Amino acid sequence: MPVLERRTKGADAVRLLPVRLRTVWKEVVRNRSIYLMLAPYFLIFFTFTVLPVVLSLLVSFTNFNMLQWPEGVGWSNYARLFVRDDVFLIALKNTLLFAAITGPISYIACFVLAWIINELSPKIRAIATLVFYAPALSGNAFIVWTLLFSSDSYGYINAFLIKWRIILEPILWLKDPKYIMTIIIIVQLWLSLGTSFLAFIAGLQTMDKTLFEAGAIDGIRNRWQELWYITLPSMRPMLLFGAVIQITSSFAVAEVATQLAGFPSVQYAGHTIVTHLMDYGSIRYEMGYASAIATVLFALMLGSNLIVRRLLSKVGD
Amino acid sequence: MIDDDIPFQTSPQKVSRSLYGDISLFVLLALVGCFMAMPLLFVISNAFKPINEILQFPPKFFVRNPTLDNFTDLYYLLQGSWVPATRYLFNTMFIAVLGTAGHVVIASLAAYPLAKRKFPGRGFLFTVVVLSLMFSATVTQITNYMTMSWLGMLDTHWAVIVPAIGSSLGLYLMKQFMEQVPDALIEAAEIDGCSEFRIFWNIIMPVVKPAWLTLIIFSFQGLWGAGGAAGSMYIYSEQLKTIDYALGQILAGGIVRIGPSMAAQLLLLLVPITIFTLSQSSVIQTMSTSGMKD
Repeated sequence: MPVLERRTKGADAVRLLPVRLRTVWKEVVRNRSIYLMLAPYFLIFFTFTVLPVVLSLLVSFTNFNMLQWPEGVGWSNYARLFVRDDVFLIALKNTLLFAAITGPISYIACFVLAWIINELSPKIRAIATLVFYAPALSGNAFIVWTLLFSSDSYGYINAFLIKWRIILEPILWLKDPKYIMTIIIIVQLWLSLGTSFLAFIAGLQTMDKTLFEAGAIDGIRNRWQELWYITLPSMRPMLLFGAVIQITSSFAVAEVATQLAGFPSVQYAGHTIVTHLMDYGSIRYEMGYASAIATVLFALMLGSNLIVRRLLSKVGD
Repeated sequence: MIDDDIPFQTSPQKVSRSLYGDISLFVLLALVGCFMAMPLLFVISNAFKPINEILQFPPKFFVRNPTLDNFTDLYYLLQGSWVPATRYLFNTMFIAVLGTAGHVVIASLAAYPLAKRKFPGRGFLFTVVVLSLMFSATVTQITNYMTMSWLGMLDTHWAVIVPAIGSSLGLYLMKQFMEQVPDALIEAAEIDGCSEFRIFWNIIMPVVKPAWLTLIIFSFQGLWGAGGAAGSMYIYSEQLKTIDYALGQILAGGIVRIGPSMAAQLLLLLVPITIFTLSQSSVIQTMSTSGMKD
């Protein structure tokens, strides 16, 4: 009986461990088929999601060009980032501005739209869901915005504004630092009714209907009171999930920026932390410096997520 | 739901909905709806415009004389490309299908023990997964580039496929959904002497069909356009690039190429939109378990 043999062999080694570890080890052996099921996913997950974070933290304290052995430089990458790199400070400012605007607006929009849609009849609701979710679904179709905001008079927005005599000559939408940010924010908002929007719709649909009846008896008189006193508190888990998704994506603005405003954009008006990261990582191959940027971005994303999570857990308390 | 089955029952008391509220919310919905639909309508409209309408000034938003010229032009344009268009299409399909299938199977395999079994390390693993939802793949891009160069994965499709298999949103949603599966189902199978793997494959997987449809649509829509973000970073050989890259090149051809490129965008759009339309109710069902506990 090979199974029994393996067990006794294991037991010899286990005898050397302290009692607590020994019981853990026994549990692990007993559950080995479970670990076998977890292994493929977590092998990939740790290699491409967890390890990179640890690695970039380590590499951020070195000078590394992928050819020579990394050389430790202490905090100098971070010092350079915040003291000497003016472009990074622009990127940081842009990213924070993006996140501060698109994050809350898209989050509220996801919820409010889901809430309105929820009152429609099922067929119309399905169509409305598709219409609102379609942009998030459509991959790189946001490219059409470059045609809409195209700088010559063939650009649709210019053409219509000229036709209606609002402006007299075409505006260089995507080349003028005055407009670049606003346009990227508009397009980002267009793309932002995604996973959390669906989660909110789902949450609203599966809410306990008796809560509303009880609320009506308790004297809730209109939909706003119903929203505040019943819907929001009972949607808390969804609201938390949605917040995580929206915050994470609001910090990661890059593709829209580079596709619309170019890379690098005029006067770095559309430059974000992620585009700065791509600049140093995939063009200049300064991996140490790029890793420092990645680590700052990681801290920003995780930090704001944890703060918002703490705030949201107070909703309805 | 039960109320509907019982006739003659007085309808449950409903909180009054003011007419002003109804109207203002409807107007809001309509306005945002127009904003959301406008660019996609632009794609559809321009895909069917003949060239003289595209070059018309001032432009008209909607097509007057619809034609399929743009689609035939697209066909000829792709015929003339240096790398055959079928190759780009194959690359996209290869990445999207393999990545999606791998993600659904491997993430579900890991989600089952996380949802239904107690074992040492379970809390830790799930916490790490939840934390990983809090930062995006852009953070890991640079170090992944290094890891992939060491593993020899650069400039292969695996550079896009393998990380997509390990995406954490799918595992999270699957685990949340599996938690609802009644334990009695699993216990019955255990009494019958099923192995863990058989319980997973024969008992759990058929029950969580809505969840894997959801994982399919999320994973597929990400990978379908993957040539843009991840692709351009890890893949540089022309014959390994994806169809959306090729179509981006057509659009770069300038204003006379707007017609064919919009036709191409429309064709590309149809795939995820069709999948989503077919699986919408499953997706909603899955998302209803997506909530996070504090």
